[in-house]
Amino acid sequence: MRTSADIAQTSRLRSRHLLGIADLEAEEIRLILDTAEAMKEIGTRPIKKVPTLRGRTVVNLFFEPSTRTRTSFEVAEKRLSADTLSIAVATSSVTKGETLLDTVRNLEAMAPDMIVMRHSSSGAPHLLARLCRSAIINAGDGMHEHPTQALLDAFTIREHKGRLNGLKVAIVGDLQHSRVLRSNVLLLNRMGAEVWACGPATLLPAELARFGVRVTTSIDEAVDGADVVMMLRIQQERMSGHYIPSTREYFTLFGLTPERLRRARPDVIIMHPGPMNRGVEIDSDVADGPYSVILEQVANGVAVRMAVLYLLAGHEADTER
Amino acid sequence: MPSVMDADRMGRALTRIAHEILERNRGTNELALVGIRTRGVPLARRIARSLREINGDDVPTGALDITLYRDDLMRQPVGPQPVVRRTEIPFSIDDRRILLVDDVLYTGRTIRAALDALIDFGRPRAIQLVVLVDRGHRELPIKADYVGKNLPTSPHQSVQVRLQEIDGQDDVAIEEEL
Repeated sequence: MRTSADIAQTSRLRSRHLLGIADLEAEEIRLILDTAEAMKEIGTRPIKKVPTLRGRTVVNLFFEPSTRTRTSFEVAEKRLSADTLSIAVATSSVTKGETLLDTVRNLEAMAPDMIVMRHSSSGAPHLLARLCRSAIINAGDGMHEHPTQALLDAFTIREHKGRLNGLKVAIVGDLQHSRVLRSNVLLLNRMGAEVWACGPATLLPAELARFGVRVTTSIDEAVDGADVVMMLRIQQERMSGHYIPSTREYFTLFGLTPERLRRARPDVIIMHPGPMNRGVEIDSDVADGPYSVILEQVANGVAVRMAVLYLLAGHEADTER
Repeated sequence: MPSVMDADRMGRALTRIAHEILERNRGTNELALVGIRTRGVPLARRIARSLREINGDDVPTGALDITLYRDDLMRQPVGPQPVVRRTEIPFSIDDRRILLVDDVLYTGRTIRAALDALIDFGRPRAIQLVVLVDRGHRELPIKADYVGKNLPTSPHQSVQVRLQEIDGQDDVAIEEEL
């Protein structure tokens, strides 16, 4: 089903860090997705583990709460036999006033090979990539990027559709605060998909159209003929900012319901990066319905993160000698 | 670039190996073939076809990618990570006799990796090794059970196996490396 244009011709990533989709060529994206296909099979074995990263240490440094992404990285690291160490902000000395750079320098004294980090400030992983010895994987920085989420979304779409090129992908929700949106737009554009973004006018970044995205405030227009509908979380914590009148009104105008979904293609898939607010951005009947691939996304996240860890680990061997 | 095995000889060698497999295992009961990617996979399929022609039984056949088990991974001075391909073993290997198939047996390191990989899938009753060419120069205590051709080589040579399914023709050649 897949054409030769969808199969990677390269076998390496140019950078030793994964900071954002913005730094990746189409070939590199294909390489990660192809490698993830092989990694996915490991999760189906009786012994879900390969010895590839034996003796490597990976630190998961999360300055923001996260369940899905952190556990997904941890599982990926363990399946590759890396030694892992997860540090959550609430239990660390950051609460005692230590700066980001000091925290990381102290961790580096223990010689980790890679640091997976999430931070509420956009660009924090880029700063560390310049100043630290370890390879840095961005697990979400502020409102900037969340590259592994976009990669696992692309992997899930490719599994269902056999391609990315030429698909209509509608992304609906809080576009202003979403790093998932940004990374997905960059990736899908690069791979030739047609991206539509839809949300309330108060949550539409002005510069969005410059990224080659079609912007609309009508969910019916966005969903019409779509191959993929990706719902983003309406962040409850934004309510105080008066971006939207109420969650109820939001659901009336932008919620994905079975009726609205009829406008999409008959083989549409519904995605959500989680955590979901049922009855706010998505109807429970849709979230649990036959078109939903939301739980597949979670499973695929592990395979994609294994692929990224494997490909970046090879880089280290290059630079050490 | 002297050719040491043409399509006819390769076909005969594989048929002979199929007979040896039947003789030694007294039939195909509990047998399964696992080819090592890349060229072990079509070889395993051909042996399965021969076994069916001789005995009438279908022997389950799988494909094993050993990249993630290699002992030189992360130790290479330069160069990209080897591409990882899918492992497909769509049957339980528990209590089966597994015929592990590869094109060339050389240092034995690929087979060491394949044994580790296989054992992660279960506990086979036995593992037997089938190779098209044994070129010597082992670095590990590993020996093949079925050999298509023993080929004395020097470490400065390389052995190229070409197969119809992948390369469009069947032959084995020795090339001098500089």
